[in-house]
Amino acid sequence: MSRLRAPFSTAVAMAFGLIVLVSLLSPQLASLRGEILSWAILLAAVALLLGLANLFQVHFNRVRNNEKPIYSFVLLAAMFVTFGITLFQGRQGLIADWLFSYIQLPLETSLMAVLAITLTIAAARLVQHRNDFASILFIITLFLVLLGSAPLFGLELPVFTRSLTPYINRVLAVGGMRGLLIGVGLGTLTTGLRILMGADRPFGG
Amino acid sequence: MNLETSLILFAFLLILVFSLLARRPGRRALRDIPAFSKLRKTIELSVEDGSRLQVSLGSGGIFGPQSAAALAGLTLLRQISSIASDSDAPPIATSGDGVLALLSQDTLRRTYRDLGLDTQFSNRLARVTGLTPFSYGAGTMPLILDSSVSASALMGSFGEEAALITAAGQRKGAFSLAGSYGLAGQALLFASSEQPLLGEELFAAGAYLDAGRAHRASLHAQDVLRWLIILVIASLAFGGLLGLAP
Repeated sequence: MSRLRAPFSTAVAMAFGLIVLVSLLSPQLASLRGEILSWAILLAAVALLLGLANLFQVHFNRVRNNEKPIYSFVLLAAMFVTFGITLFQGRQGLIADWLFSYIQLPLETSLMAVLAITLTIAAARLVQHRNDFASILFIITLFLVLLGSAPLFGLELPVFTRSLTPYINRVLAVGGMRGLLIGVGLGTLTTGLRILMGADRPFGG
Repeated sequence: MNLETSLILFAFLLILVFSLLARRPGRRALRDIPAFSKLRKTIELSVEDGSRLQVSLGSGGIFGPQSAAALAGLTLLRQISSIASDSDAPPIATSGDGVLALLSQDTLRRTYRDLGLDTQFSNRLARVTGLTPFSYGAGTMPLILDSSVSASALMGSFGEEAALITAAGQRKGAFSLAGSYGLAGQALLFASSEQPLLGEELFAAGAYLDAGRAHRASLHAQDVLRWLIILVIASLAFGGLLGLAP
């Protein structure tokens, strides 16, 4: 049975991939695509629950094995409380909304604040670790854009704010972004085709 | 036949042709991407010194265009685990999405089975560390800081949270290789990782880590398509300058 698993998974993945691809090119099959995507969303919801189960398993084991148990215990307690409340009240419930607004949101905002410091340190370390042409160009561009983004002690520097920074943002950055996006698009296309050809199997078997 | 269909069919044909050409003896050389050669060395060193490799797959999931980046991450995970799974500290994969976690567990399970190490596999080796981008980043940080991680590879769809993960790697002195589907993630990772992967380099992991003929073929197909696009853009721009473009 297990020997049949790999070819079966590959055949299913190829068939559904091809159906969705053909439906994108043929409007008559749009309803079939919608149906398949709704199955996929349902499966993703089940996978989310399995993801939660995995999170529980990992932290439960940490508590049991006494590996920094306090953090894992707090995580498990918060997970159960939030899950229970959201299950009974729904996402728009009073307590669920309070938990989101006064715990989740401030926590994530704090992480954003930490990020600003982290990135500044990372940019400084970049020059130390990778002093190649690209990194130096990156740092120079960063300085130019920062100088043109806000007045310096109330003093506007027109060379930066009106000329250099807009030129970098509108011309150089947009050109670079498009180049990167074309590269990513080509990579996405060939990765998808490899799956459809059955040459790449990140699923089952 | 519209342009999209023609492009897909042309890419399909290119992959097919390059796959057939790859059967011939003598390999076509790939351009040097230092990130992958350094990763190879780090994997070998980690097996020798018993340190751990950590692969972050992001929280983008596999529905939508970011799925290709996640699949590239799974290919990287398979190749890393096939080399380092029998070491004292086997590789760990983290993800911020349920489907991706299942796929990473499946990838590791298959590798362990192929290596005859079925009994050593545990679901804890491929874990969910958080189900929102920031909780995912925050959950991955202690994993890098607490265990003997010598290299951290980020490959998937990342936003700002990626900087938290690479910062943890920096504090630990671990090698970091990182690529993301989104532009914001790429910009962040360029500044914060030791070896960033930009644009299509993200999808080249399989070809550089010997994941199979199809990976090399698709990389060559990508190169041909890229040169064609460059030629089209250059011709249109030149035509525009001469007042000939449509």
